[in-house]
Amino acid sequence: MQAAKQTRKGSFLHNDNVVGYIFAAPFIISFLCLTLIPMALSLYYSFCNYKIGAAPEWIGIQNFANLLKDGTFTNSLLVTIQYVAIGVPLKLVFALFVAMLLTRPTRVQGLYRAIYYIPSLIGGSVAVALVWKQLFGSRGPVVSLIKALGATGFNFFGSTTWAFLPLVLCNAWQFGSSMLIFASGLKQISKEYYEAAEIDGAGAVKRFFSITLPILSPIILFNLIMQLISGFMTFTQAQIITDGGPNYATNYIALNIFKEGFSFQHMGYACAQSWVMLLIMAAVTGIIFKTSSHWTFYEN
Amino acid sequence: MQKKRAVQNVIYHVFVIAFGLLMIYPVLWMILSSFKMKSEILGNNAPFLPSTWVFENYPNGWKGSGSLTFATYFKNSIIVSCLGTLGTVISSAMVAYALARVKFRGRKFWFTAMIMTMLLPGQVLMIPQYIIWNRLGLVGTFVPLILPKYLGWPFFIYMMMQFIRGLPKELDEAAMIDGCNKYSIFTRIVLPLLGPSIITTIVISFYWIWDDYMGPLLYLSKPALYTVSLAIKGFADTQGTNFGPMFAMSSLSLIPVFLLFLFFNRYLMDGVTAGAVKG
Repeated sequence: MQAAKQTRKGSFLHNDNVVGYIFAAPFIISFLCLTLIPMALSLYYSFCNYKIGAAPEWIGIQNFANLLKDGTFTNSLLVTIQYVAIGVPLKLVFALFVAMLLTRPTRVQGLYRAIYYIPSLIGGSVAVALVWKQLFGSRGPVVSLIKALGATGFNFFGSTTWAFLPLVLCNAWQFGSSMLIFASGLKQISKEYYEAAEIDGAGAVKRFFSITLPILSPIILFNLIMQLISGFMTFTQAQIITDGGPNYATNYIALNIFKEGFSFQHMGYACAQSWVMLLIMAAVTGIIFKTSSHWTFYEN
Repeated sequence: MQKKRAVQNVIYHVFVIAFGLLMIYPVLWMILSSFKMKSEILGNNAPFLPSTWVFENYPNGWKGSGSLTFATYFKNSIIVSCLGTLGTVISSAMVAYALARVKFRGRKFWFTAMIMTMLLPGQVLMIPQYIIWNRLGLVGTFVPLILPKYLGWPFFIYMMMQFIRGLPKELDEAAMIDGCNKYSIFTRIVLPLLGPSIITTIVISFYWIWDDYMGPLLYLSKPALYTVSLAIKGFADTQGTNFGPMFAMSSLSLIPVFLLFLFFNRYLMDGVTAGAVKG
């Protein structure tokens, strides 16, 4: 009796549709106010001349036309692509290597994993960026070592060719989350495959390429996409360690957008750059997804 | 045979430990540098260990570069990180419950929207979001850094959804029969069972917010509101060669993250992977 009354009284509030929207409300609000509206605004401003405090002035495709002629922008696209093309595969190879290294069941496996995870825990921080700047700086230990090996006068951050390397290494160094994901994938590979292959006389290299890699391929795809996205948008390290230099050699796109928008107050132009970058990223991710059916392998 | 295995074992452990030391060398270098005299930090003949341990770098760094001390910056970071983490946990758990367990109209659409948001890099929205917060007059306050965390964080929503999907549906049904409704199922059944997933969320979101640099850089202009990450950068900019105190404050800034990791390491390792692989 009482229960029946309660349901009737609260039947509106207990309808699945109402419950769903109440619980999902935080995300719906954020999706509308912090994603959809900003994206629409950004699209509008990318066709405008806009500065904070002034009214946006519609200039059509002028911003996009200017982008093509803007050497700083095209350069920042190129160096970003270089950074991603070298950095992401390096990071994934590294993550897989460490994951395989740590599959061996020992009593201290947990401790080892924790140690190898530390860089990822702190790698994105300002503290590490400042350390990196000195570690690879002209008087830091890494350059001292290189000089001791004979390359006198070598300097990472003074060289347009080599300045990207400490940044790529800093990114690859934070391999922890990819490593953990690889590790749990490795754990799920049935031992029988390896035993059968061993009986057939397959060596360790052959086993890696014909068993481990194919079975891991869906996980590789997942890691690849996640790392590509974060690689394309690298900001903190580049801003602190090199600030885009020397001579724009590490002026990655997120940094360029930041400078264009906030230092030069070209907000409309910066929005146009964001959109071009987003389209390029969407295209790259799309191509990878499309081709992934050829190189990923699902057991069932 | 057994001897060979023992030798292999030793080689394995030596290699893993040596490689692990190489990995944490930058961290060791920072901590050791914070105890060195200035002349021993950089240069070709810089020793690995300080020849005399200098502790003054810590009080010197703590004084900061302006009129404010690091006490202010740590207080700010703690406020932003704790409030932000609290919001992330509550809101993400709610949204994850809705998307994983409640059959409402439009669920598929909102799930897709959530995945799209997760894949959308924040930097793309950096300018329009700034414009909106500026229009609302909230630039220069903690609000743009904290409020969004109360509106669900897609990465954690997705992670918690994977966890909730793993809970047997029979639990919900049994609870229904016992008189629970959809609200009390959330508070009495799902939330308590979400434990490990919540711990992972607390640890990861805390250190992401604590380490965040771009948000504070955009939204905090008054030094009185600076978080630790912004303050260290400011310190490095104004006292460029004063490396000892700079590394001392850098080391201090990592302590909260290390402590959380130390306490919750076990949960973290399981939690991170649970979401990714099943999906």
